[in-house]
Amino acid sequence: MTALQLDPVLVTRARELAARAARPVVDLARTHTTVSVERAVLRLAGLTGTDPVTGDGAATDRVPWVNRVVDAVRDQVGLEAGVALPVWHALASGAAPSLQALAERVGAGTARFTVPTGADAERARAAARAAVAAGLARIDANRARREELVATHGDPPRRPWIYLIVATGDIHEDIPQARAAARAGADVIAVIRSTGQSLLDYVPEGATRTGYAGTYATQENFRLMRAALDEVSAELGRYVRLTNYASGLCMPEIAVLAGLERLDMMLNDAMYGILFRDINPRRTFVDQRFSRMVHARAGIIINTGEDNYLTTADAVDEAHTVTVSQLLNETLAKEAGLPDWQLGLGHAFEIDPDRKESFRLELAHAMLARSLFPDAPLKWMPPTKHMTGDVFRGYLLDGFFNLAGALTGQGILLVGMMTEAVVTPWLSDRDLALRNVRYVLDAAGGLTEDFAPPPGGFIDRRADTVLREAVGLLEKIADHPEGLIQAIADGTFGITRRPADGGKGLDGVVALAPDAYNPALELLEQETARA
Amino acid sequence: MPENRQNGHVGATVIRPYGDTTGDGMVQLSFTLPVAPGPRADGAALQLANKMGIDPAMVVHSHAIGEGFTFFVVYGSVRHPVDLDAVRVEERAYPLLSPAEVNAAIKGRLRRTLVVLGACIGTDAHTVGIDAILNLKGFAGEKGLEYYREMSVANLGAQVGVPELVARARAGRADAVLVSQVVTQRDAHLRNTRELAAAFREAMGESRPLLVVGGPRFDPGMAAELGVDKVFGRGTTPGEVASYLVHALIPSEETP
Repeated sequence: MTALQLDPVLVTRARELAARAARPVVDLARTHTTVSVERAVLRLAGLTGTDPVTGDGAATDRVPWVNRVVDAVRDQVGLEAGVALPVWHALASGAAPSLQALAERVGAGTARFTVPTGADAERARAAARAAVAAGLARIDANRARREELVATHGDPPRRPWIYLIVATGDIHEDIPQARAAARAGADVIAVIRSTGQSLLDYVPEGATRTGYAGTYATQENFRLMRAALDEVSAELGRYVRLTNYASGLCMPEIAVLAGLERLDMMLNDAMYGILFRDINPRRTFVDQRFSRMVHARAGIIINTGEDNYLTTADAVDEAHTVTVSQLLNETLAKEAGLPDWQLGLGHAFEIDPDRKESFRLELAHAMLARSLFPDAPLKWMPPTKHMTGDVFRGYLLDGFFNLAGALTGQGILLVGMMTEAVVTPWLSDRDLALRNVRYVLDAAGGLTEDFAPPPGGFIDRRADTVLREAVGLLEKIADHPEGLIQAIADGTFGITRRPADGGKGLDGVVALAPDAYNPALELLEQETARA
Repeated sequence: MPENRQNGHVGATVIRPYGDTTGDGMVQLSFTLPVAPGPRADGAALQLANKMGIDPAMVVHSHAIGEGFTFFVVYGSVRHPVDLDAVRVEERAYPLLSPAEVNAAIKGRLRRTLVVLGACIGTDAHTVGIDAILNLKGFAGEKGLEYYREMSVANLGAQVGVPELVARARAGRADAVLVSQVVTQRDAHLRNTRELAAAFREAMGESRPLLVVGGPRFDPGMAAELGVDKVFGRGTTPGEVASYLVHALIPSEETP
């Protein structure tokens, strides 16, 4: 693999600053919980389904039992000790024969919760640990099953893996499209979510057919799509991976569902929800740490969302913000136990094509990411901002994007559509886009071997400049008293200010008491410590 | 069909598509048919092209997509003439501006930040509408109003009471208040909107901010009846809202 010779002192400094800037975030995450983290604990312990008396009509409008139970615990005793102690104390005291039955008592309004102490607390902890361990065992079994299927069917024959999005809103329409895409060469299928799901404070239930510009992420939709891709993997002799989105207010729960249903990659950025969805920063940082620990355990490759910065800011002027975000995502991911091979750090081909030397600048930025994170499967995102509806020019631009991906050894290539910003992709758009990728990879895939930008040349100098700017910004962030949290409040990132007490979901954040207990975190942290 | 064979001389009002010769009528199109490739598929593509008025048509390329689908590229001469005199263009009451133009208008002509306050009122907890317009993420490929450097945007979220909204608008000296309502029963969105308009009128009179409401159940023609300045319907994008705000709040350059 070709790499630029980056200034090693600068690289070390960048990582030290990123770790320092992130430290207050880690401290925050360790001392707080959220309603979604607590719901994720109940999901790991096997609680599913919805309260039938809530919502009107569609099953997807009903309130999940995990929400009902967490809300009831919160109303009665608060969440400062977590949900596990009061719930398993109620079970151990004979309030109900099972977790599911206890949820129904909550529905009927007859469940009473208290926070146990002494021997009662020890008994509740042991029972909770055993219940959650069963869920983690299922996640472990899925990870082993994936490894087995990859060994049987094989990985894609080359890098980058070809990543294609399916998004009809109807899971039963998505499945044939995903199968067709896999047969046409896609290695990774991403089912994009319904607009606004990230702002729902619950995970809808069941197989869904009514999403808007995307399909709801539900456990049943995950299961149906994974089963369909398993069939097509066997047919093709190549393990086809499935991706969804662990972002928004239910990040921890969706990570758990992904682990339980053997999804292979998840979008999971540390800051995306804060900056682009106005989700409260504390909520996001607590949720992302838990979700990443689950992803680490499940062997899921996370994809970060740096491409988003470049859709709102100039891709040359703000190139260093991508590098900064990659470094922050890396340090937070490692703290949560994710090794390099699970870090699909994002970046994108978004420089204005009318700018002189735009392609050389793209190569410089892509090489910088490649050289800074040599062991991470970088996710390379196609042009969107400068796709104008001129589909012919768009097809050429996508060709150059593919060429940059091949030349710079990217790990995951999201296939660009010439009809970006025109329509949601048609069958023929996907086919033409995959032909474009195949042509470029077949014709020039090996060029990475010959492509070695000379030291001191345009690409080398540009990469060095961006890295220096990134270190400059990291210094500013790390110097804030509350590091990243205060920097985000001040608008250091992008053009939005996100105060620590603003945004959606803050009321779901709870400071932990000294006696707090989260069996999932306990079991996952043991794992991290071993790794 | 009485066909006008008049060609595209300068000043002609009846014209035809131009390939490489005036009046040749040449067009290209591509499409997919749910049929396996082969002579029958190509014949089907020609039949479609003929029915679209392309005659003669040539299938210059076809290939299979997946199982049971074929993609075609067709060239041919279209027989329909275009009568320029019969073209009617529906003009928007205000020009659609790019984010840069919106920012420039605010900076250059308002000379201060334009303050926008957004919320969902009533019992509706669905903030997807107001979020699509305000959130940086945006909607339909357009960034939300938070993206506009010259705007100061606050999104109060769901289930905001009208009195609170009025108080916040007054305290924050809002230039515009944006309210979305997505889920509504028995015309609650109309009642809520009238209540909103009345509360602002009573509290602030002439100095009230611009009132803009939106949602899939609204009829854009109802603004006056509801007592607000503008109503946006389904599919409205952030750029349309931003352009309207500039049009409504910032005196145009031509004003003497």
